[in-house]
Amino acid sequence: MATRSFFVPFLLFALCFYSSLTPVLSLYEDQVGLMDWHQQYIGKVKQAVFSTQKTGRRRVIVSTEENVIASLDLRHGEIFWRHLLGSDDVIDGIDIGLGKYVITLSSGGSVLRSWNIPDGQMVWESFLQGPKHSKSLLLVPTNLKIEKDNVIVVFSNGRLHAVSCIDGEVLWNKDFEAESFEAQQVIQPPGSDLIYVVGFAASSQFEMYQINARNGELLKHERATFSSGFLRVVSLVSSETVVALDSTGSILLTISFQNGEISFQQTPISNLVEDPSGPAVILPSSVPGIFAIKTNAFTIFIRVIDEGKLEVVEKTNHETTVSNALPISEGQQAFALVQHAGSEIHLAVKIAHDWDGNLLEESIKMDQQRGLVHKVFINNYIRTDKSHGFRVLIVMEDHSLLLLQQGAIVWSREDGLASIIDVTASELPVERDGVSVAKVEHNLFEWLKGHMLKLKGTLMLASPEDVAAIQSMRLKSSEKSKLTRDHNGFRKLLVVLTRAGKLFALHTGDGRIVWSHFLQSLHKSGTCQSPIGLNLYLWQVPHHHAMDENPSVLVISRCGPSSDAPAVLSFVDTYTGKELNSLSLVHGVVQVIPLPYTDSTEQRLHLLIDSDKHAHLYPTTSEALRIFKREFSNIYWYSVEDHNGIIKGHALKCKCTGEVADEFCFDTRDLWSVVFPSESEKIIATVTRKLNEVVHTQAKVVADQDVMYKYISRNLLFVATVAPKGSGEIGSVTPEESWLVAYLIDTVTGRILHRVTHHGAQGPVHAVFSENWVVYHYFNLRAHRYEMSVIEIYDQSRADNKDVWKLVLGKHNLTSPISLFSRPEVITKSQSYFFTHSVKAIAVTSTAKGITSKQLLIGTIGDQVLALDKRFLDPRRSVNPTQAEKEEGIIPLTDSLPIIPQSYVTHALRVEGLRGIVTVPAKLESTTLVFAHGVDLFFTQLAPSKTYDSLTEDFSYALLLLTIVALVAAIFVTWRLSERKELQDKWR
Amino acid sequence: MAAISRLFLLLLMSTAPLFSSGSRNGFTINGRVKIPQVGFGPKGFALPGRMSNVKVILNGGQNVTFVRPDGYFSFHNIPSGTHLIEVAAMGYFFSPVRVDFSARNPGKVQAALTENRRGLSELVLEPLREEHYYEVREPFSIMSLLKSPMGLMLGFMLVVAFFMPKLVESMDAEEMRRVQEEMRGQGVPSLSGMSPGGARN
Repeated sequence: MATRSFFVPFLLFALCFYSSLTPVLSLYEDQVGLMDWHQQYIGKVKQAVFSTQKTGRRRVIVSTEENVIASLDLRHGEIFWRHLLGSDDVIDGIDIGLGKYVITLSSGGSVLRSWNIPDGQMVWESFLQGPKHSKSLLLVPTNLKIEKDNVIVVFSNGRLHAVSCIDGEVLWNKDFEAESFEAQQVIQPPGSDLIYVVGFAASSQFEMYQINARNGELLKHERATFSSGFLRVVSLVSSETVVALDSTGSILLTISFQNGEISFQQTPISNLVEDPSGPAVILPSSVPGIFAIKTNAFTIFIRVIDEGKLEVVEKTNHETTVSNALPISEGQQAFALVQHAGSEIHLAVKIAHDWDGNLLEESIKMDQQRGLVHKVFINNYIRTDKSHGFRVLIVMEDHSLLLLQQGAIVWSREDGLASIIDVTASELPVERDGVSVAKVEHNLFEWLKGHMLKLKGTLMLASPEDVAAIQSMRLKSSEKSKLTRDHNGFRKLLVVLTRAGKLFALHTGDGRIVWSHFLQSLHKSGTCQSPIGLNLYLWQVPHHHAMDENPSVLVISRCGPSSDAPAVLSFVDTYTGKELNSLSLVHGVVQVIPLPYTDSTEQRLHLLIDSDKHAHLYPTTSEALRIFKREFSNIYWYSVEDHNGIIKGHALKCKCTGEVADEFCFDTRDLWSVVFPSESEKIIATVTRKLNEVVHTQAKVVADQDVMYKYISRNLLFVATVAPKGSGEIGSVTPEESWLVAYLIDTVTGRILHRVTHHGAQGPVHAVFSENWVVYHYFNLRAHRYEMSVIEIYDQSRADNKDVWKLVLGKHNLTSPISLFSRPEVITKSQSYFFTHSVKAIAVTSTAKGITSKQLLIGTIGDQVLALDKRFLDPRRSVNPTQAEKEEGIIPLTDSLPIIPQSYVTHALRVEGLRGIVTVPAKLESTTLVFAHGVDLFFTQLAPSKTYDSLTEDFSYALLLLTIVALVAAIFVTWRLSERKELQDKWR
Repeated sequence: MAAISRLFLLLLMSTAPLFSSGSRNGFTINGRVKIPQVGFGPKGFALPGRMSNVKVILNGGQNVTFVRPDGYFSFHNIPSGTHLIEVAAMGYFFSPVRVDFSARNPGKVQAALTENRRGLSELVLEPLREEHYYEVREPFSIMSLLKSPMGLMLGFMLVVAFFMPKLVESMDAEEMRRVQEEMRGQGVPSLSGMSPGGARN
């Protein structure tokens, strides 16, 4: 309401008023949360351990596929603390040591860290080396002590380490030199001083090492050969027995190594079940006495009876997941079993030795949009009547995390949002009669009271209670979270596609999930084993003709990682989240080109290029085909083959000449190609302008009343190449053998418009292209600092259109058609500056009409987003700008770009694991919406030149009212005064 | 800057005993992050001096590590060459540090802040300055009220209301007439003066 546009009368006033302020974008601390929101996630949970601390709040420690370790509140699911490890530092295992430390093994078993459970402070870190790469296993025995020191046993890189739990000191280590030995399990039978390492060597050899846990001394080494080989997965069924499968997946082997003697027991699966239907795999589990195997059709649970005899306890064709084992009392271990049955899941908690007796049996209604249960973790608590209660943490197919207790979902976390692949913004429905109309201001008194409070706030007269009242009033403002379109275009839906294949719509006002939909095409199914989501496009944006239709998005996915895997198109309504249609295609998809044409129902035409270089048109309607035929010769695109350093331009040729007649399929032809010499250049970055960017004016008036014309073309491509040697990490090359070349290429003709070489520079390159400029960030090896460069490109052929008389008499060439085939006369200007931080992403603000000046949004290595005025990256900056240039707003040249803390748009927050920044224009010209995503999500509104077209949030209506009252009073007073004076004059 | 000149602590980089595999020539970088303790801390910023959220980043994200309670950190298995260490700590601005391991004479190590090219004798990283992410509200003053749009409006009104009549009064009749005539004679402003291009001709 405060941002109601007072465009016309206020524009001038506000402009001249605000221009006197510094151009720094800033926020007061009490404005946090007003226009921005921040959500913290962790990603799909890989492993969870429950903290068994008696005191303090109950918590669960999790490690995730996003490389996060986090401590969550078991009661509400909130994050106590969280750490995001580096991208190469993949977590192999977590456990709890001494009841107060979280032990994590990461980086392929070479980094062992310990974290304090209450506050997440790292306590120690150890680096474990070894002779060769191997599987890494972490074992934290509860009662193994060496000289009063609790021990952590780690097998990694072909070496067994015993590490002190207190300070991370390596107590002893033992190498496993045997070339082909692959450890599968490290076992420490409770109550003994022995450690068993079991694994396979060569293809058909089972090996067992018995080691003294006190000093690492090898006590026994046994091996046994099984002629038909092994599938290299074992399931541990007791501390001295493992179960494995032979290499055909049809014979179960019970391997026992009691007293250091290895003995095999073979059981063909066909003996256990009648119809095994194909080879089986062992499901990893740790429940004593029981293991599970999975064939194509069934999941089979098998119990190991004495002396390696096997017995089937259950055979099911439902999707089933087993939890870890949980010791509940002396000699008894419980585990949880979750089965799907329609829209419900059945949870059963059983004791390991007694399959039929369930400790707990519950059915819980489960949202179908969450998919299957992927992982189960069990924990117990003691009820007031001393019986055992169980709670279960489950990880679903859509990466969400849920806690089940007493037959209900206690809390759930949508952690799929930690891995967003693509984002697009969609409008909300228009407010119509009967559609949630905002409640009118309560009454005038309330309204005035609110504004008096605000006035007090701005005048710094407010008491703490008043401040709190103001804050809650602002946050409450129901306006911002309504589900209808607003006048200023601040309320939108952010439609995001996650790696799990789920589509979410987030409200820009408060970040809540409006709807979510698990795409049918991204469910794992028989025909499509590993579906992956690729992109999100706006399919239908009704505005003129088809107002009654709902907008929809197009989700492109494919079955499998290779580019020729068949693609699937799904169309989803953005108002309701319903899947309207889904098309399974016969061809793959390499590239998607949204064309600038729409049909009569405002469906956008899309061209899909498959791996055989055929172009396929969608939607497949005759109308779309007609429109497409009309523009047939005007469609160009390019492709980048970065592995062999070629950029190619393409155009359409004719209808497909395949055996099947498909009128929506077209052959393509290559128009041009740019080949980079592979011995000296390697493509590391390409970037183009955003398709929907609006440029307000082509002309730029410079200081001495001169005009420059921006070279604005949608078909410009920025390419950065580096020396092949310099494509590695920073510091891996000397400045002499590394260079970076930046190109501007016209993608219709393949003409190189500009080329510049930065000697002694290195990647990674992050770039952003907007209007007629490109800004890129790279590493300067000579100065050993990061640098940012700007290239601006101007059209020289229009440079002589400055004469007013020519314009008046029509002798200019402004209306002459522009063709990219005519050789453009362009000039470029560029400049470079130092920039302190590493960069993860760069974006630029975009506004509705492109009038507002631009800001660069730089995602720094510290996971913050910095807003930097484009004026700092103006190639016309000089050390001593002339008076005229100063008036124009040119900033004196400095060697580095300023980092002003107040211009961090994320203020005191971090967008942990930042990956992308998306800007969406609001309807109000001054404002742009910014969405930054990584493991966390952050959203805010930005006004790069301040909100010159609306009143700010803290505009005080009460002050306005006061002024008016004062003015009216003054009028009356002066009127009386002048009357009296007149009277006196007359008497004189 | 004053914080920087305070004394430096122990520890230097050491070349760890390498493991036999030839291709991996690993150095270990040991260092320390020092953040001035509470008391220096800016008002309103949460938990200054807290170490649990400090990250140390090598070469723009190649390795990421965390600091121990006493501020020490280490990177293992780092090849020789030139490296860049950055510290990410909310509320503080750290300069990236350039670290050189000489391949020719092992053990020779150099470190320097890249922001001001100051060499470090020991790898102790201290913030160059604190970062305040919020504007501080100015306390109430009559000037700020006057400077607000409303204040300016009011001020202008008052000037017009009280001083303009005085000015008109103080002019004598003769002058008044001349001014009025002048204003009449001026007429419409000419077009040529308006357009920038026209002015050039």
